[in-house]
Amino acid sequence: MLTKRRFGLWTGILAVGFGTVVGFTALAEDAPVTPDGTPAYIVKDGQVDKGTYNGYRRFHATCHTCHGFDASGSSFAPNLTDSLKRLSYDDFKDVVVNGRQNQGATGDRVMPSFGLDPNIMEHLDDIYRYLKARADGALPGGRPQRLGG
Amino acid sequence: MKVLSRWLLASVAVLAAGSASANDSILKNQANPNNWASQLGNYAGQRYSPLDQITTNNVKNLQVAWSFSTGVLRGHEGGPIVVGDVMYIHTPFPNKVFALDLNNPGRVIWKYESVQDPTVIPVMCCDTVNRGVAVADGKVFLAQADNTLVALDAKTGKELWKAKNGDHTKGETLTAAPLVVKDKVFVGISGGEFGVRGHLTAYDTNSGKMVWRAFSTGPDTDVKIDPSKTMMMGKPIGQKDLGVSTWPGEEWKRGGGTTWGWYTYDPDLNLIYYGTGNPGTWNPVQRAVDKDRNKSDNKWSMTIFARDPDTGEAKWVYQKTPFDEWDFDGVNENILADIPINGQQRKVLVNFDRNGFAYTLDRATGELLVAKKFDPTVNWATEVDMTTGRPKVVDKYSTFANGEDKNTTAVCPAALGTKDQQPASFSPDTGLFYVPTNHICMDYEPFSVSYTAGQAYVGSTVSMYPTPNSHGGMGNFIAWDAAQGKIVWSRPERFAVWSGALSTKGGVAYYGTLEGYLVAVDMKDGKELWRFKTPSGIIGNINTYTHNGKQYVAVLSGVGGWAGIGLAAGLTQESGAQAWHNAVHPGHAEGTGVATAGLGAVGAHQSLGEYTQLGGVLTVFHVPDQK
Repeated sequence: MLTKRRFGLWTGILAVGFGTVVGFTALAEDAPVTPDGTPAYIVKDGQVDKGTYNGYRRFHATCHTCHGFDASGSSFAPNLTDSLKRLSYDDFKDVVVNGRQNQGATGDRVMPSFGLDPNIMEHLDDIYRYLKARADGALPGGRPQRLGG
Repeated sequence: MKVLSRWLLASVAVLAAGSASANDSILKNQANPNNWASQLGNYAGQRYSPLDQITTNNVKNLQVAWSFSTGVLRGHEGGPIVVGDVMYIHTPFPNKVFALDLNNPGRVIWKYESVQDPTVIPVMCCDTVNRGVAVADGKVFLAQADNTLVALDAKTGKELWKAKNGDHTKGETLTAAPLVVKDKVFVGISGGEFGVRGHLTAYDTNSGKMVWRAFSTGPDTDVKIDPSKTMMMGKPIGQKDLGVSTWPGEEWKRGGGTTWGWYTYDPDLNLIYYGTGNPGTWNPVQRAVDKDRNKSDNKWSMTIFARDPDTGEAKWVYQKTPFDEWDFDGVNENILADIPINGQQRKVLVNFDRNGFAYTLDRATGELLVAKKFDPTVNWATEVDMTTGRPKVVDKYSTFANGEDKNTTAVCPAALGTKDQQPASFSPDTGLFYVPTNHICMDYEPFSVSYTAGQAYVGSTVSMYPTPNSHGGMGNFIAWDAAQGKIVWSRPERFAVWSGALSTKGGVAYYGTLEGYLVAVDMKDGKELWRFKTPSGIIGNINTYTHNGKQYVAVLSGVGGWAGIGLAAGLTQESGAQAWHNAVHPGHAEGTGVATAGLGAVGAHQSLGEYTQLGGVLTVFHVPDQK
């Protein structure tokens, strides 16, 4: 219970050090969540749970062309390692599903709707896991390794 | 016309012999070296000027004559066109066009700005670039991001007609510069990362009516191939409908083969040349027939097409990368030149492909003459089999052999290619090609992906980094002998050289850098003669022209494009390239510098963002008169 509470406090981070405390099952490593049901991630010795890894891949197949490698943004679209510090999980889902249009300093900024894209919608929780791990500073840039290879 | 080289006279002779008027106004404008009449300088795509007022001796005195802000940020590819006293420049989305008065430098004669649906922006994979306008018959042709081809009155900027070439809700956009031949204007299509089915389309220059469209994939009738006539590797193709049978199921319908590069034309042979891009998804497993690479060429992606501009009929084809596994998007320009090969003068076409091989082909027949690596670190294939024309793929670097969900590492070149869209130059004086290149490798992990119209259809992650165990930089500017297939000299650059090159009779070649330098080098040995820092990184193409008898050099700055977004932000720490992190948006640099063995102080640099920021600016240079 103690660990779980901590887990919640840290918005789902199970960073190096915590990982060894809890006997996570294989299932939990696939798709960890916080007690309130928000997708969470596990980062242990530089390795991540399968969901977070999948999020890394899905992000870098679609989102990175605007949001930059490692979600660190570009002149085209915001740095999500900042945005995800502020956006709640529900906010995040809302923007991805419905899109958004802003007048940015660099001209039109447009976030398309991904509501009909299975490459995003079927992996929305995993993409959130990855981005949240990046935003929390738990995961450095680059390609993470999967827990258990 | 003070300067009229033998080359020019020869060209004029050839063009004049070339039958039913290529396009009289373009031929006339191109024949006069005081103009820079088309994006690639001439129909042959040589980006060479017979002007020789600026030489290896006086280029050190080159300085800014005037400059002009386009008012648009984002990546500025392509370059200015000059016809007579007017310069035409364009911008990225929203695709403004300015006609500038050279008699009153920088004064706007007219401005065109379209109203486009901003939902086009996110379906442009690699920035909202546009590669420029074409000017012919008193009209300016612009291919807008939202798939509108528009003809403007060159005198007033007034819209004459519009044609719709595609649908952005399916991921289709336009970025390429149109080409005008006779009474037709040709446009391609972009969207290779969105499962678009590529095509080249001819429109009537007077009415905007579609004349023909030739697809890159599908049945022969759609591709305008006659398998009994269209040549491939020296003989008719033979088999029917390879554009269908080399794909699993109906994958050809979202098979890519987009046509966003440059188009060239030989008036004598009456053939237009262009390349098609990567096949559909980047996951090769989903493009394999019976899980067998040998059945899965994914034709006609990655193919050089020679077509009759009147009918669209394919005269010959050559597929450079059958069954692509690396996104070696084969759209690069095909430069036409007449050079001796094995002691015999040949009419050739030279293509510096993304895959790292430079191909020299007979441009009348498509016969493959030379295929050599133009960066020695290219490793995905050992060589090209000169009998079959196929690359010999190294299994270790085959993302198909390694399979889905496996990270294939240290593939050279990266998906950006040894060269991307940045057009090279050919000098008839030296017989050499001057080529802006990338020097970057990658890790590539393909995985299963679903298709939804209008959404990205990629299915792979790519990490890129400077070529390991090299000079530490990410680019080179090289001189290439296309007859021998050899590098003559090579200049390392800190960043990818993403700017179109210019060679001149004055013995000076020019290119731009991502940091924003315009660099002049001696064409003899690549030695630097001069450089100047423009306000933003250069991914545009250099041109030269005269006004009132004086030679000028002009370029659009404005960093962006794939080089400026993905690459600049994206190199990972795996080879010590963390320095590139956050390149176009400083403030987050967390790197340690590019691992470097050369290039002087490269190791000290932190990111592209420390060198340059967004901003579209035209800069025009001259050598001031002696006092």
